[in-house]
Amino acid sequence: MATLAPAVEEKKGGERTALITGSEAIAVACQLADVDVITAYPIRPYDTVMQYIAKLVSNGEMDCEYIVAEGEHSQFEIVKHASAVGARVFCGSSGVGWMYAMEALTVTPALRIPMVCMVGNRALDDPGAFGTEHNDALAVRDLGWMLTWVDSGQEALDSTLIAYRVAEDRRIFLPCAISCDGAFLTHSQSLLQIPSQEQVNEFLPRYNRADLLLHPDNPITVAPQANEDWVMEIRRQNYAAMERTYGVIKEAFADFERIFGRSYGNPFFEEYMTDDADVVLMGMGTLSTPVKVAIRQMRKAGKKVGFVRLRWFRPFAAEELAQCLSRFQAVGVIDRDYSFGSPHSGGVVAGEVRNALYPGAGKKPPVLGFICGLGGREVTIPDVEKITESVYQAAEGKRQPLTQWIGLRE
Amino acid sequence: MGKLYAVEIVYRGIFQKKLATNISRAIVLAAHLDGKPGISFGRYGDSPERNGIPAKNFAIVATDEQTLQEGMAKYEPKEVDITISVDDTLCKGVESWAWYGLQPINKLTKPGGTLIVTSMEPAEKLIEMAHNRETPYNLAIVKGSRSFSGLWVYKDDHTDVRVLGAIAKVMPELVSLDAMKKTILQEWKDPVKVASAEKSYNRVTKALVQPGQGNPETPYQFELPKWHEMGEGVAIPCIPVGKTVEDPVTHVLGGIRPDRNPTFKKFSTRTMRPVVNFETCIKCTLCWLQCPDTCFDVTPEGLYDANMEACCGCGVCEAVCPVDKCVTMVAETEFADNGSQWETWRKDSTGYLQWLNQKIESRPERSHGFRFKGQYQEQVGEMLQIAQES
Repeated sequence: MATLAPAVEEKKGGERTALITGSEAIAVACQLADVDVITAYPIRPYDTVMQYIAKLVSNGEMDCEYIVAEGEHSQFEIVKHASAVGARVFCGSSGVGWMYAMEALTVTPALRIPMVCMVGNRALDDPGAFGTEHNDALAVRDLGWMLTWVDSGQEALDSTLIAYRVAEDRRIFLPCAISCDGAFLTHSQSLLQIPSQEQVNEFLPRYNRADLLLHPDNPITVAPQANEDWVMEIRRQNYAAMERTYGVIKEAFADFERIFGRSYGNPFFEEYMTDDADVVLMGMGTLSTPVKVAIRQMRKAGKKVGFVRLRWFRPFAAEELAQCLSRFQAVGVIDRDYSFGSPHSGGVVAGEVRNALYPGAGKKPPVLGFICGLGGREVTIPDVEKITESVYQAAEGKRQPLTQWIGLRE
Repeated sequence: MGKLYAVEIVYRGIFQKKLATNISRAIVLAAHLDGKPGISFGRYGDSPERNGIPAKNFAIVATDEQTLQEGMAKYEPKEVDITISVDDTLCKGVESWAWYGLQPINKLTKPGGTLIVTSMEPAEKLIEMAHNRETPYNLAIVKGSRSFSGLWVYKDDHTDVRVLGAIAKVMPELVSLDAMKKTILQEWKDPVKVASAEKSYNRVTKALVQPGQGNPETPYQFELPKWHEMGEGVAIPCIPVGKTVEDPVTHVLGGIRPDRNPTFKKFSTRTMRPVVNFETCIKCTLCWLQCPDTCFDVTPEGLYDANMEACCGCGVCEAVCPVDKCVTMVAETEFADNGSQWETWRKDSTGYLQWLNQKIESRPERSHGFRFKGQYQEQVGEMLQIAQES
């Protein structure tokens, strides 16, 4: 049988290039982060990560406890407990698998567990589609999870390392989910830079649970029953921890750039061709590819369009974003999710962007919402052009619907 | 603006998943050696974990990163420079799990592009199997029998590298033979595989297919409904039970032909089909009961006619039939249409039996499944022989 090892080229300092998928990139990041306990339960597209980790373990390239649970609820409970006793943990799921773990997902931030997991974004059932939709990960947006969306295999790898660094910081101790669009990211092989172990060791300190370590030498009880005399104060602590994430994420990105020599600019959102833009589009995840290509084409026709890709949804960099968006005449937010019955019946991100703009002192451009690419439907270049057309109309003061469905058979 | 290259690898689920991945991956790695970035991916709407179902892998390569991004901006390429069909029966058309209707094998092949087929058949036969089109394309044949393996095993019979060698020949600007050889050595660490690729490079045959040449049938297709035309609550009507069958000679009505899904026919999953001897059939019902796809129509006289619009070619009917040579699986390449065998037999039983015996005599080795211990070792030997001689 042919060898399964990816083709590699040795680079200086032990960095290497490999042709791997976004899922493999996360598995490699777990290997480099020397994760101690990993739990698995298959659901497409997350299952590709567990498969690659299983391969690394069985090939003797990774040393960890690899536990296949009997369902997602146990899968997330096991790593929660492992993290409480001081293990660096990894977990993940997709779509309804993630929802099945919901009770475990709610207790994890409350107990200040720095779990890192991958959400392979998948449409919720029914119907049983496995294409991308962001409602799965967004379901925990209010609970104290940090949520980041990536758009390339390289960013998936790098963000996993950054997620450990931020989540396990004693000032934070909150879980972090890395959202990867099914198919576009999880199943595409591209050439990625894999950092050296030395670089990772320099960037990522060992997980130290310190005073919260559940251990006979540190006798504590975790999660005793509490009533209304305690709950608000507990919530206020989590609020404070989430407030601190802004600074810690910035620190981590700056250190990442110093050690790995790769820069992501503003950690919270990426700006593309915005310097001279009249209007901008916004979105999360891999729809950035068709949007960027469409923008390059539209610019040839004289339309000054830019793109702002939201990288961190929680924490949500509201002030910075409001400042950024005040430079433009109109904003079009492309949501790969839905929020039925919400204000203006729009998507989740569009609502959050309007929310971020409302109290600010600066100019408040009109924000149009577009629901597009649900269930993994392709976001096409004509779709993006149609969206831009409407955003330009809004910029000229013409009334546009606040929520539009794009790419729908109607 | 740089140049963009796309290659699709059309393969059969489970049996060829690893083969297709090996090919698309090596294209990207070799192009990288030639200084071109690329990506390799499987079509996500496919379900390659199902036996024999047609699926696709793509390799996209560009002369620069920005041009590559233009290629990546599409869910799948709208046109490709090279279509690779690693099973010649796929030339009849491809219906994937994603309900796209039946797509001609050459649908995405650019005008003047190349269809590479692994086959033991002559070019004329493959051209007839593929749908005709308005623009010319090239047909290149890598001589070899169907390379099928299982979910957990890979039959390393050099089909992957022989296809890779052919790609370097067909489109040197995509990837040079030199880069391909280096990649193969790097990936497989086997100089014999490098030699196989080079032999294939030197020996691949190529024919120009003219506009209009090929199967004239319009492949079946359908329109997807609009959102307000669809039933609510993810509810769909059941397929009706079916209707009686009419005898083409006596016009007697009887038996039953179950209605079938009009928009997902699945028959392009088939690499072999059953042929039935209606005169030795004892009407035991086993084929009809055991068929996982309910593909048997019941005739007025209680015989069982395998309906070729529904048969996936699994071979269960042959396995359960208690009568010698009553149900026999024959390679799909031996057939040009999906007509009813029973109707043909009713109209001309002598002619039908002659046709049947001729098909049975020419039936080649089973296309999939383990038959005996050591089968893969034997098949790999045979393929390497072909690779040496072709």
